[in-house]
Amino acid sequence: MNRIKDAFEKKQKNLLNIYFTAGYPRLHDTVPILKALSESGADLIEIGMPFSDPLADGPVIQASSTVALQNGMNLRVLFEQLQGIRESVPETPILLMGYLNPVMQFGVDNFCREAAAAGADGIILPDLPLDDYVAEYQDIFRRHNLRPVFLITPQTAPERIRRIDELTDSFLYLVSGPGTTGGANTQAEGVQEAYFQRIEAMNLRNPRLIGFGIGDKASFQNACQYAEGAIIGSAFIRALDGVDDAPAAAKRFVSSVLA
Amino acid sequence: MKPTYQQPTERGYYGQFGGAFIPEMLYPNVEELRQQYLSIMAEPEFQQEYQQLLRDYVGRPTPLFEAKRLSAKYNTRIYLKREDLCHTGAHKVNNTVGQILLAKRLGKTRIIAETGAGQHGVATATVCALMGMECIVYMGEIDMERQKPNVYRMRLLGAEVRAAMSGSRTLKDATNEAIRDWISNPVDTHYIIGSVVGPHPYPDLVARLQAVISEEMRKQLLEKTGSELPQYVVACVGGGSNAAGAFYHFLEEPSVQLVAVEAAGHGIYSGHSAATSVLGTPGVIHGSRTLLMQDEDGQITEPYSISAGLDYPGIGPLHAFLADSKRARFISIEDEQALKAVAECSRLEGIIPALETAHALAALDQLGAGPDDVVVINLSGRGDKDLETYIKYADAIM
Ligand SMILES: Cc1ncc(COP(=O)(O)O)c(C=O)c1O
Repeated sequence: MNRIKDAFEKKQKNLLNIYFTAGYPRLHDTVPILKALSESGADLIEIGMPFSDPLADGPVIQASSTVALQNGMNLRVLFEQLQGIRESVPETPILLMGYLNPVMQFGVDNFCREAAAAGADGIILPDLPLDDYVAEYQDIFRRHNLRPVFLITPQTAPERIRRIDELTDSFLYLVSGPGTTGGANTQAEGVQEAYFQRIEAMNLRNPRLIGFGIGDKASFQNACQYAEGAIIGSAFIRALDGVDDAPAAAKRFVSSVLA
Repeated sequence: MKPTYQQPTERGYYGQFGGAFIPEMLYPNVEELRQQYLSIMAEPEFQQEYQQLLRDYVGRPTPLFEAKRLSAKYNTRIYLKREDLCHTGAHKVNNTVGQILLAKRLGKTRIIAETGAGQHGVATATVCALMGMECIVYMGEIDMERQKPNVYRMRLLGAEVRAAMSGSRTLKDATNEAIRDWISNPVDTHYIIGSVVGPHPYPDLVARLQAVISEEMRKQLLEKTGSELPQYVVACVGGGSNAAGAFYHFLEEPSVQLVAVEAAGHGIYSGHSAATSVLGTPGVIHGSRTLLMQDEDGQITEPYSISAGLDYPGIGPLHAFLADSKRARFISIEDEQALKAVAECSRLEGIIPALETAHALAALDQLGAGPDDVVVINLSGRGDKDLETYIKYADAIM
């Protein structure tokens, strides 16, 4: 079974992937938000595993991680919360995204077993080097039927992109430009398009989702011209800021992007 | 190649510690550096320019001073390696002079750095002024307050100082912000890391640039004591760069006891400490697998030390290996002991040390050195930057 692959087969274009931080804004919002996202039409969902020092993240996800940790979120709590999730969200692929250190302390094998049991399909660990993945993690991921997702940036060399493409059966995470999550696109006109087109022309095995700096209907639609879909994180987290009814806010947000 | 203390493996490992755990956004930069640092540093023109700057700009070699009154007090033979006499007042400039030359050869035009005590920030701002390069220094908001003179020095030198407002607002958080800046500026920017931390090749690069300290020590010891080898070399450890430099040419000399001194803050087990070798466990911080202070969930915990330069929850991978293999002995010193050592060194030798350095001095009575033993203390920096703290704690010091 590969729910990620199925999602891309079912819908070849305009896939919307939403990222949110587990345990934010309140500890027990994780599952209600997940269900709301799935029900309102998100095609894939990334659950952020909060970390104290998220190096690749901008201020919005940093702040949500801090709140989530203060709320008491950790991997054990997250796996408990996700128990039985596949009864209510049977199809939407769920990816866990976070940083290596908490996973290492949990134990990679334990982590993968619990993640798979909780219904996760893929894992995104931006600070896990490719060589280390191949040497130490690949067998464990495979044993638990989990797919890794790797990032590609405008500076990633073509041979390296090919290697990344060989190492997974999920999707390629195209970072839209230089910067951490939530940053605005400050590149000169045409630079970003040229990068997306260069990757498209490589005819890779895996579909592509564009992320970082996508935040609304317009930027989502623009990104979808160059890839199978796009990923929204910081803008969604911002939409949860200060709301009483997080699932309702999640539904409103997805509707506004897909409208 | 067989890894040694002096030479990590090709992927940057000292034993189980090291490596390069970085997001893909940083991979091209770090890889470029990894492929080029050794060959650039081996170029005769690089060496010539580097050596000349160390001599004429930094003021090297720094003296090895026989501290007679301290020696009398501790009944052993104490020598101080005077890194406090380096231009800008600490060992940090040995590294920045080398890295700015490297950055130029890599075609970079913009320099970023993190700083704790501000000494590395000042040393970076200084070489950027010298080379006419743009310079941005990240510094924790707390550290900007407790090391104010250095903030003004950096600004005077033309650098922009940006406050790191997250976490404990100290060195760890400044390092996070510097890494995020590098992610956002991958093409024109070189990140001058200030210690033997971060992803490979930084720990090795910085250790090599600081190794001049122990290279000089050996020659000076031969002249002054008749032997290149002392019985003890003592240095404080924040990230570990001055210690790496002081230990480097003694690492493969088993007769030399290497003593690394960490900050115990209010006490090792007080919950307000930065004694990483005691409290730390293996994990990943700032791109390196090393010992770090973390909770059982793998969240990095907030360190504490009165000394901004030692207030860091990790140590470089070389030091983690030195601790793990027991090649070095690790000692922790509390705030108050360090403050007392400031007064002692000031009054007995006429040298006001930095707070970081004072931790190394405070370890003297724990060494067990005999009357004929030679003890070299790396006097990593001078205390001007800490004057406000010394005034505030005058009662405890005097
Ligand atoms: C004078 C002095 N000594 C020591 C340190 C600690 O750094 P490291 O352990 O890299 O030598 C600092 C850092 O700011 C410093 O300013």
